Amino acid sequence: MNTAFTEHRTREPESGLATIVTDFSADQRAFRNVSWGKAMMWIFLLSDTFIFGTFLIGYMTARMSTAEPWPNASEVFALEIAGHHLPLILIAIMTFVLISSSGTMAMAVNYGYRRQRRPTAALLVVTALLGATFVGMQAFEWTKLISEGVRPWGNPWGAAQFGSAFFMITGFHGTHVTIGVIFLLIVARKVIRGDFDHGRPGFFTGRKGRYEAVEIMGLYWHFVDLVWVFIFAFFYLW
Amino acid sequence: MSEIARSDAAHRIVVKAHPIRLYLVVWGWLFVLSAFSYLVDYFHLTGTLRYSLILTFMMLKAGLIVAVFMHMAWERLALVYAILVPIGAILAFLAAMAVEADYTLLTRLAFFSAGQ
Repeated sequence: MNTAFTEHRTREPESGLATIVTDFSADQRAFRNVSWGKAMMWIFLLSDTFIFGTFLIGYMTARMSTAEPWPNASEVFALEIAGHHLPLILIAIMTFVLISSSGTMAMAVNYGYRRQRRPTAALLVVTALLGATFVGMQAFEWTKLISEGVRPWGNPWGAAQFGSAFFMITGFHGTHVTIGVIFLLIVARKVIRGDFDHGRPGFFTGRKGRYEAVEIMGLYWHFVDLVWVFIFAFFYLW
Repeated sequence: MSEIARSDAAHRIVVKAHPIRLYLVVWGWLFVLSAFSYLVDYFHLTGTLRYSLILTFMMLKAGLIVAVFMHMAWERLALVYAILVPIGAILAFLAAMAVEADYTLLTRLAFFSAGQ
């Protein structure tokens, strides 16, 4: 009976819901196969999900409860390009730029795990450039809307809450992209210097640098793209 | 420490095993899905068709980014559930505020029309 008990104890499930029970009841680590850095980034991203979630819910509440007509985003964000009137074109281009940056980021992570220093650094720099392009286009968009009279307290086309929701949501997202670009350039510098090949410790820590830093950076960057997917759907298309 | 190093090495092998092609295919799909979302607006689709298409393309894009680009598909379920289950709270909040906003609109319409 005693041996049956120990056998039962040591046999751990390999897959399925039972792994959640064994992982969370483990005596030391709940998140196996995941370093603390990665687990903390995921938990930070969850908290950021709540931030953007409440922003979008606030926008929904304002838009649903206003008795004024909501400005037509399709027309507000339209541009004249070479004589053609294209609705929402700038936002579409911004979406493609950000998705492309996510693609290059995913490839940078992959090359990082292959320990190929140069392609990893090059892809990180390309990701940062695409991110900076996105922020530049957002600055252009803000300038255009402000010159047309959009303010957080009013606009020429309808419900006053349009401006406050727009500046709040895209402003916070743009801030995230800007921080991401800085973060990308710092990681790219570390990669090209060979920090992760030689295990050189970071500035604030005695821990050895590892290529996993590229993956953690990638989680943040993909999250920024993920938030844009929801902003694009709910703010610009709805 | 040895356990951490071992699990890290195992993870690295898993990630390494993905060919670059996988990321290019997902990238391509994200482009196509974004183009479809844009076309929903371009062709001025309206009503239930518009909203259901916007939500479908949005969820497909979000799913691809989280599952493949963020490697969630290869994480242990303990982490996956720890991240995804709390998002249910946002959906509950969303439902509550939708009901609340509906009520606010009703009272505003009643109040403003009463004055005229």
